[in-house]
Amino acid sequence: MRTPAFLLVCFVIAGIVFAAAVAAGNDYVFFAGYVVLQYIVLSTAWNILGGYCGYVNFGTAAFFAVGAYSTVAVYKLMADSDFYPMPLPVLMLVGGVVSGVIGFGMGYLTLRLRGAFFAIATLALAVVLQTLVVNWDFVGGSRGAYILRPEVVPYIGSYIEYLFLVMLLLAVAALTIARLIERSRLGYGFATIRDDELAAEASGVPTLRIKLIATTISGALMGMAGAPFPYYIGYLQPESTFGLDYAVNSIAMPLIGGTTSWVGPLIGAILLGSLQQIATVTISSAVNLLIVGCLLVGFVIVAPNGIIGLVHTYWQRKPEDFVGRRRVETDAPGSVP
Amino acid sequence: MIFSFDLLINAVISGILIGGFYAAVTAGVSISFGILDIVNIAHPAFVILGSYIAYIVNAKLGLDPILTAIVMMPAFYVLGAGIYQIYYESFEKRGQESLRGLAFFFGVLFITEVSLVLYFGVDYRYVEAPYIGPTWHFGFVDIPFRIMVPCIVSLLLIAALQLVLTRTFIGRAIMAVAQDQLALRLMAVDPIRIKRIAFGISIATASLAGAFLIIIQPVEPSVGRQYIGRVFAICVLGGLSSLPGTVIAAMLIGVVESLTSTFYGPSWAPAVSFGFLLLTLAVRPAGLLGR
Repeated sequence: MRTPAFLLVCFVIAGIVFAAAVAAGNDYVFFAGYVVLQYIVLSTAWNILGGYCGYVNFGTAAFFAVGAYSTVAVYKLMADSDFYPMPLPVLMLVGGVVSGVIGFGMGYLTLRLRGAFFAIATLALAVVLQTLVVNWDFVGGSRGAYILRPEVVPYIGSYIEYLFLVMLLLAVAALTIARLIERSRLGYGFATIRDDELAAEASGVPTLRIKLIATTISGALMGMAGAPFPYYIGYLQPESTFGLDYAVNSIAMPLIGGTTSWVGPLIGAILLGSLQQIATVTISSAVNLLIVGCLLVGFVIVAPNGIIGLVHTYWQRKPEDFVGRRRVETDAPGSVP
Repeated sequence: MIFSFDLLINAVISGILIGGFYAAVTAGVSISFGILDIVNIAHPAFVILGSYIAYIVNAKLGLDPILTAIVMMPAFYVLGAGIYQIYYESFEKRGQESLRGLAFFFGVLFITEVSLVLYFGVDYRYVEAPYIGPTWHFGFVDIPFRIMVPCIVSLLLIAALQLVLTRTFIGRAIMAVAQDQLALRLMAVDPIRIKRIAFGISIATASLAGAFLIIIQPVEPSVGRQYIGRVFAICVLGGLSSLPGTVIAAMLIGVVESLTSTFYGPSWAPAVSFGFLLLTLAVRPAGLLGR
């Protein structure tokens, strides 16, 4: 399918989703749906670096929170000016740029070393950014910050419907970007890094440069997903914004869905996101995190290629028939000679 | 802020003592990540598990936390050996340890933490022992026993580990397994068995480190997360596989953190280790005593 056709299909599906949510006539659908859409963006963004390049990012919460806090900073800066309130797309652009720059910086410092160092550095990045935010009184410090959201938006309706729509469009954009990358030279470059970085380097693939492109795109998308969050939650607090559940979810969703294609994070986010929304309401939020952890460990051990991999084995088809031209990882020979 | 000499000396001494404790937490990671190349980011979760076991035994039977930890070490060893077996069968054997292995340990970290939250809640827990209250005073220098005792036991533990690694056959085999598995096989040693033993030892140290942690500060399940950045910063700074390097790096980070929290406030301390980590990675990735 060509990209314009793909976009058209995406928009039709998005329109149906939005119409269905409006038809449900219940604001809760928008609140729950927003979270699921947000996870579609986060897990797709994670997968651009983690799934395509094979570099694990544990700092999703950090990039997400940078987006959210840049919104708070802009909101406070602009509070007395004529431009108040700033339109949401502008805020998302700001959040995306700031997160993208941080992603680039992280990548530049650590990507020349072995992959594990990048993973550890991202984990520590979350702690440090949280320390900075806690000590930065302008954006609320450890007390948190309140954001007043407008009641209605012209032409659309209530504000939560607007937020839902914006996140829906961002999800479409993220999936399109991921799909475009997958089918471009860049995507093949990513795949060579994942399969054998040394061989890629030796064959003339500019590994550092394309890894930096991946960290920047991935970070920027996460920041854009975080930018509308203060308007959604109303009260932003460092403890919850930097929470580990963003990190574990954005890793679990692609790995459960399947990391080699844009379909995987989508499936994972819809399944796991909806499951969590149901579990939070019916059981408790701590138990739902336990479910995510157990599913993650279970899937990486039993079904290393995720749901997509399971589907392939079930139909005994060649992977190429199902998800474009991308090679799905098969059992590599053991590391022991 | 007025500069105070007393404050400076006290901060440096408590930093060195805390550094001794950090070395115990990091020793396990130096073995698993430094020597075996297994990125066990769940290590701090096992440390917290050790803390809670020390807490339960202390609260129920009134046993000394360090004694409890030493008694529990074989159990932790078995746990570690079991986890390595799963890790080997599911990831190393298939050559998928980089992405999925990391996700596996992240999941283990998460499951341990959430289970502890569900069972014990998020209240802070602490233990009781005779050496927790008193403090030695030398003029203006204060040495609290609750930090000194863990520091001394921790240095003993690391000395013992170093002796095992350099003097015994198993220890030398552990050092060798990272370098040349084929050569090890030719010496009629099974590399998987050696790795299993080494990983078991690395988790066994978490039992003791957990007891130290709960002696030094009250513990709740998410405390472990603060140690992830710190532990890996120390491990990298110390040169990954070198235990003496780990001790030096741990004390260095302990002192800098202690100075930061004395002169700038405790809320800035967590940023120190990350700064060190990034600096080390950017300037000297081999660490202080790296090969």
